Amino acid sequence: MDRIQITYAILGGTLIGTAASGLLWVNGRIAGISGILAGALVDWLPWSARVRGEPRRNATRHALADSSPRRERLAFLLGLLAGGALLRVVHPEAFPLETSTPLLTAIVAGLLVGVGTALANGCTSGHGVCGIARLSRRSLVATATFMAVGALTVFLVEHIL
Amino acid sequence: MRSAAAFLVGLVFAIGLGFSGMTDPAKVKGFLDFSGNWNPSLAFVMGAAVLVGLAAFPRILRRERPLLSPAFSLPTQTQIDARLVGGAALFGIGWGLSGWCPGPALVSLVTGSLPVFAFVAAMAVGLRLAQPRPRD
Repeated sequence: MDRIQITYAILGGTLIGTAASGLLWVNGRIAGISGILAGALVDWLPWSARVRGEPRRNATRHALADSSPRRERLAFLLGLLAGGALLRVVHPEAFPLETSTPLLTAIVAGLLVGVGTALANGCTSGHGVCGIARLSRRSLVATATFMAVGALTVFLVEHIL
Repeated sequence: MRSAAAFLVGLVFAIGLGFSGMTDPAKVKGFLDFSGNWNPSLAFVMGAAVLVGLAAFPRILRRERPLLSPAFSLPTQTQIDARLVGGAALFGIGWGLSGWCPGPALVSLVTGSLPVFAFVAAMAVGLRLAQPRPRD
């Protein structure tokens, strides 16, 4: 690993930490991407409750409630996509040339990440960055857990299976 | 205005993720692969992000209120329970299998890659299935 990689890594991490701090400072919210996405799904795709076998509930109450968090969540996600588009221009090496992940692996992994982050109420940004920055014991435990299990998973897949 | 701020934060966050290498599953797995050809670069990513956070968060939270909102909207749960640990473990498996966590996967949608779309769609289903505790 060379000095350029390390420089980009530190720069990237600094931007991530700065962005998260910015959201807290300006909007007073935690930049937990799994939570923001989950909220946006409830906001904008209420019918998706059907995966739980539920009819669309409380749609009217939700619509009448304060809509600023809804707009903020959507805006944040759109910002992620805009950033992605910008990256393709200014730093295309951010993305692999081709995604060799098998489709079934992507689906299974996606389900696990979705269920897992919902249960844990956070992911690498929510717990790993923001939670630790707040010195939250919950986040420290969560982060240590998903790091260790992630490492174990890679070990099993790469070296055993 | 809050939406504009949220958009800008998302944009900077995405660029950070891109520079950091987290949008490259091979790099992420290389970091998680302690026993193999270890790529420690992600340690610098998290290290830098957390250091910035540790310096900024306490100062920000000492303020009476955020710049554009009436109050801070912070997580309230404090317990460490099976839901937390079990959820984190499941997340870890998914992350180790694919090299993607939520943020990088969403950012990678712009590549139009089918596995990324499949991952994000499945993640959305998983999120709705397990429904996190709301935090509005």
